Amino acid sequence: MTLNLFYFLSFVAIFSALLVVFSRNPVYSVLYLIITFFAIAGHYILLNAQFLAAVHVIVYAGAIMVLFLYVIMLLNLNTETEPHKSSVLKIAATICAGLLMIVLVGSFKGADVLVQRSVEGAPVGLVKNLGIVLFKDFLFPFEMASVLLLAAMVGAVMLGKSEARTEPTNSKVP
Amino acid sequence: MIPIDYYLWLSAVLFSIGVLGVLYRRNAIIIFMCIELMLNAVNLLMVAFSNYLNDAAGQVFVFFIMAVAAAEVAVGLAILIMMYRNTRTTDINVLNRLKW
Repeated sequence: MTLNLFYFLSFVAIFSALLVVFSRNPVYSVLYLIITFFAIAGHYILLNAQFLAAVHVIVYAGAIMVLFLYVIMLLNLNTETEPHKSSVLKIAATICAGLLMIVLVGSFKGADVLVQRSVEGAPVGLVKNLGIVLFKDFLFPFEMASVLLLAAMVGAVMLGKSEARTEPTNSKVP
Repeated sequence: MIPIDYYLWLSAVLFSIGVLGVLYRRNAIIIFMCIELMLNAVNLLMVAFSNYLNDAAGQVFVFFIMAVAAAEVAVGLAILIMMYRNTRTTDINVLNRLKW
């Protein structure tokens, strides 16, 4: 049962990830990426990481994908405006990615001997366990993450605003 | 319990699809989305190993990677909007001023 669920979620994730790459319309790409993220959240639940599954759905499907969709709507890219690319480059890109996958899979040879099976105990991914670890061992990185988010917010606002100030000077020059 | 090999395979495939998207597409927004896909492949592998080794540190790292990814997307999309205002396109063949 669990293995069938794993196969189903993997199929959904890989299929929609391929559709992200190969669909012509950027809006469809975003929607397929949301499906991929939900499939990965399902994998997290299979791995007993309920807290991370919830955070993943909230942060990725809720915040980041809305940001992508908003930018695509704002730039009016929702038509098929994809520039044409020569098929030689496409074939070369596919071959390169396939070779990378072969290298990755080849490096996994014999990796299973390194991994110990986990002892059956309290699941490590529950909110209580994870909160204790996060606020005891990783308190300083946690606080630094807040500083990082603040810096990113200030940077994004400044980058988005700066053009409005330089545009009048550009239009005055001619 | 699902063997760890299956998660290694799945993460390798997802990561390669992300690399394929970065190489294949010309639209900078879709390249960003493929970078998110690669980050998620690594996150999935970290959660799988965290679960198998019964160590919560891996899942805390995934939490931090999500925070960094959110910050990266906000700044990256702001840069992209600024470039679009200047050049009226998101095609990375046009945005090649830093190329040698």
